Amino acid sequence: MNKKQKKMLFRIILATVLLIAIRIAYGVFEDRNIPETVWFLLYLVPYLTIGYDILKKAGKGILNRQVFDENFLMAIATVGAFAIALVDKTGDYTEAVAVMLFYQVGELFQSYAVGKSRKNISALMDIRPDYANLETDDGVTKVDPDEVEPGSIILVKPGEKVPIDGTVVEGRTTLNTSALTGESIPREAAVGDEVISGCINITGVIRVKTSREFGESTVSKILELVENSSSRKSRSENFISKFAKYYTPAVCIGAFALAVLPPVIRLIAGSPAEWGKWIYRALTFLVISCPCALVISIPLTFFAGIGGASRAGILIKGSNYLEQLSKTGIVAMDKTGTMTKGVFEVNGIHHGTVEDEKLLMYAAHAECFSTHPIAKSIRDAYLSGRFRKEDSGEKPAILTERVADVEEVGGNGISASVDGKSILIGNARLLNRFGIEAIECHHVGTIVHVAIDGAYAGHILISDMVKPTSAEAIRRIRAAGVRKTVVLTGDAAKVADSVARELGIDEVRSELLPADKVTEVESLLAGKRSGETLVFVGDGINDAPVLSRADIGIAMGALGSDAAIEAADVVLMDDDPVKISKAIRIARKCMRIVYENIVFAIGVKLLCLLLGALGMANMWMAIFADVGVMVLAVLNAIRALFVKRI
Amino acid sequence: MKKSYKIEVDCANCANKMEEAAKKTEGVKDAVVNFMALKMNVEFEEGVDYKAVMQNVLKNCKKVEDDCEIFL
Repeated sequence: MNKKQKKMLFRIILATVLLIAIRIAYGVFEDRNIPETVWFLLYLVPYLTIGYDILKKAGKGILNRQVFDENFLMAIATVGAFAIALVDKTGDYTEAVAVMLFYQVGELFQSYAVGKSRKNISALMDIRPDYANLETDDGVTKVDPDEVEPGSIILVKPGEKVPIDGTVVEGRTTLNTSALTGESIPREAAVGDEVISGCINITGVIRVKTSREFGESTVSKILELVENSSSRKSRSENFISKFAKYYTPAVCIGAFALAVLPPVIRLIAGSPAEWGKWIYRALTFLVISCPCALVISIPLTFFAGIGGASRAGILIKGSNYLEQLSKTGIVAMDKTGTMTKGVFEVNGIHHGTVEDEKLLMYAAHAECFSTHPIAKSIRDAYLSGRFRKEDSGEKPAILTERVADVEEVGGNGISASVDGKSILIGNARLLNRFGIEAIECHHVGTIVHVAIDGAYAGHILISDMVKPTSAEAIRRIRAAGVRKTVVLTGDAAKVADSVARELGIDEVRSELLPADKVTEVESLLAGKRSGETLVFVGDGINDAPVLSRADIGIAMGALGSDAAIEAADVVLMDDDPVKISKAIRIARKCMRIVYENIVFAIGVKLLCLLLGALGMANMWMAIFADVGVMVLAVLNAIRALFVKRI
Repeated sequence: MKKSYKIEVDCANCANKMEEAAKKTEGVKDAVVNFMALKMNVEFEEGVDYKAVMQNVLKNCKKVEDDCEIFL
């Protein structure tokens, strides 16, 4: 609690004690003919203790022509309650004091809850580095990250945050990226690797040459994005602001009508006017008229939702996008780099006449001087030992001295001698040239045939691997209520179809140029049902126009990629496609809470207005409705922060 | 030109009122108050003295909500 809140708490306690004391005294001395005025003055003490600032603000409000603010309403309602008690000579002024008291309790709670959640959310996003260890001529000094020029050398010790983006020039370490991605998979960094600000250095000291200013670094970009996110207001927020603007004056007019019309009609009809009764009901109206619960809980829900999402490595650029995301009906996605890893890997070895590992060993050696990506993927597969039958404990290695007579055969492949055996490696044409028949592969991808000593030895399938979580991601996207999934790719139809089948994607549009993707998205947009939105997921490379054309553009694997952060509405910090469904679910949960709060708060208020008008609700009930609804709505809003298990 | 200011305000409705008041101030093109982050982002008209404009923004905000503060 801050100073202001502590002071308010003290006032609340003091006023409560005074009120109870006066109530007891009233009970004890009731028969002793104490004049009415004495009680009135006594009750005035706790009333002013708790409400002097409200009265002051109300007065100032009138001077500044701000009539319909809640201070004014509370002042009118409580002063009115005093007046009625005075006129009716009931001597019971508890109600007026209690109403003011509860109002202040509500305000205090609101201020506390909002402060607390504000703190919680900012703590979640506590990735801002406080300092950088800058290397200068006179040793290492701690400076503000803002003061570090690009190209400077900074030192990052274990346990510290990397303050600025840069490249490692000395040392090796493991980095924890969980503050950025939500996943605690450590990342290795050695000399020459880029490091991204916001990561936490775990194991070793590294020297980093900064590549950007602090303001341009990843961590600043992310913070800016999240902090400004609630400035883009959703339609529900705009609805609430508008509602609040009309609601309060409407209720005030209603209160005035309630105070005046029924007595006048009764007078005309010849019955007693019962001014007191109707004015009391009107005052009850005024107490209910504050739209606080709504006005506070809706932005709070969005703020909590966006905060929770960013903790999970999902950055949402505005409440409006959260709202749109919750209505996702169609998910269109890019293939390469989004659903697949975007790198070529050995995916299988078929028709081998020797052991897989042996085949791979010959292939890797024959390709040992080649710089072609295919050659590299074969060497990587061999070195990784993935295709071993059993682990011999020996680390596979490529020894160039085992290789001789390497010859490139007309762009079709390579002939070489490995351990004295003559190896042919390349496409079917190469083998045909040497009179060897190659066995066709029915899989999709690049096929590399291998022959040993003039005999066919099998082929290696190299393809872009589907990410291990892609199938699960599509399943979850569907489970989240998405009607249609479409893959848009520049790749060949055969490849795209096979990936789509494997993952269970509904539609495929293949062999598209970047510009065609926009056209395809437009045709999908034209075909969507009313009230649903189209999400496009890409890896942020080359698809900026599509990202901005779709209702929501999600860029993934964006850690360190400025272009993607700029172009997308939602940014997934790592490249796990499961996050797509998570983002949709977070959005749905958040919007559900928003609607719950809107319906609940407006519903209870309208009910109380009705009961108040009929005389079935007194001022006590009104203030309980007001404060109670607000407390519940705020607590409900904070639920949006918890997104771990969605 | 855009600038961002830290603000201090107690209730969400008051923040909305501050936003309205800031928007209506002369020299302000657009203003957005973010109650949760306690920030006010102001976009100024071309060629105005933003410091003077902010003084007026503060004055107008004080009028609608006595209990607010903008850290200029």
